[in-house]
Amino acid sequence: MKNWWKVLCIILLLYTIVWGFLGPIPNLDIIHETIRNLYFHVTMWFGMMILLTVSLYNSIRYLSKSDLKNDIIASEATNVSILLGILGLCTGSIWAKFTWGAWWTNDPQLNGAAITILAYLAYVLLRNSIEEEQKRARISAVYNIFAYVMMVVFIGIIPKFTGVDSLHPGKGGNPGFNTYDLDSHLRAVFYPAIIGWTLLATWIMTIRIRITNLQRTN
Amino acid sequence: MLTKELKALLIKEVKLEFRHKYALNGILLYVASTVFVSYLSFKQIVNAPTWNALFWIIMLFASINAVSKSFMQDSKGLFLYYYTLASPQAVILSKIVYNAFLMLFISLTCYGCYSLFIGNIVQNQFLFISNLALGSIGISSILTLISAIASKTGSNFSLMAVLSFPVMIPLLITLMRVSKDAIDGLDFSVTYKYLVVVSLLDLIILALSYMLFPYLWKD
Repeated sequence: MKNWWKVLCIILLLYTIVWGFLGPIPNLDIIHETIRNLYFHVTMWFGMMILLTVSLYNSIRYLSKSDLKNDIIASEATNVSILLGILGLCTGSIWAKFTWGAWWTNDPQLNGAAITILAYLAYVLLRNSIEEEQKRARISAVYNIFAYVMMVVFIGIIPKFTGVDSLHPGKGGNPGFNTYDLDSHLRAVFYPAIIGWTLLATWIMTIRIRITNLQRTN
Repeated sequence: MLTKELKALLIKEVKLEFRHKYALNGILLYVASTVFVSYLSFKQIVNAPTWNALFWIIMLFASINAVSKSFMQDSKGLFLYYYTLASPQAVILSKIVYNAFLMLFISLTCYGCYSLFIGNIVQNQFLFISNLALGSIGISSILTLISAIASKTGSNFSLMAVLSFPVMIPLLITLMRVSKDAIDGLDFSVTYKYLVVVSLLDLIILALSYMLFPYLWKD
């Protein structure tokens, strides 16, 4: 049974959707029922970061081993994480509208997300502009590593020093979700959802890798 | 060995610049005319955030224009020639150092023109200038590497801009933040930590360019 993880993925996502919409949630001001977006918005971002890290790892591997397999994984992982990133941005935007009152706010997290997507779209553009396989792999790997580091710096380090307040929970003086009561109910869906979305993204990725391999052999 | 190569390559860059002249003069004219256009549309700016934003937007475009040439003007044959003579580290470091000086020169000129036309509202000159100097190093390191990447695609200026904007923004935001403090005249004891952040960013970018360039180099 080598496809057990695909079954697991479907079960986890069904659980996320069904129990995410029906399960008990803490009764919070302002946020109210929108807290259920936690299972979609935040978890998709986690999935994106996991896949971008996979992509980074494969880019570094490619630079040391020059194996095209790594390059294909790096590129497809990036494609899927762009999809997750855009979905995360849309769900986040909807959430922001209903809790903060605007589709877009000047928040380090939001700007970081937008920059990340721009950087990786540039990565895709860069890949399309080079014909030769080995050259494309090498150059895009270099850009991938550079972009990843700058993204981590932008999202993780700079907001701490520049003192720009974030509206997100747990930042800029806002209480984190951990401080709310009944958090175990949220957690019971949150963690399975992260695994579920990541598995789904991996599934899409493997299909895309197989397509790419077939195109290459033809 | 590295320092010797570095020196020779730096001298070559400077000589090439003086021989052609059009590159530096072109970019200075670019800065001057951009500032003049801004002057015609804004007249005077007294609002600190607007002053700051316009200055750095002009700097962003001027720097991309200035540094994008650094690898694109080298032909493929010239690269092959470097390959036989110098180590990749020497090549990238020489370009970064040269571009850092170029950027410093451009940013000071830009600051001068800008003060002349739009007005100077900076209260802490020392902080502003040291921020410009640190920024020049960072901007030059990022754009030199991106220019190397863009030159490999055989593509045009637009790719250079698209590739460099997202990776420039972390540095640019920090620089804008420090220069905002310089405009407001905050004391050095308050803002030194931002200068430390800019220096650390410079170091990260420099280290990345230094490590990654050898992979771009072999063709």
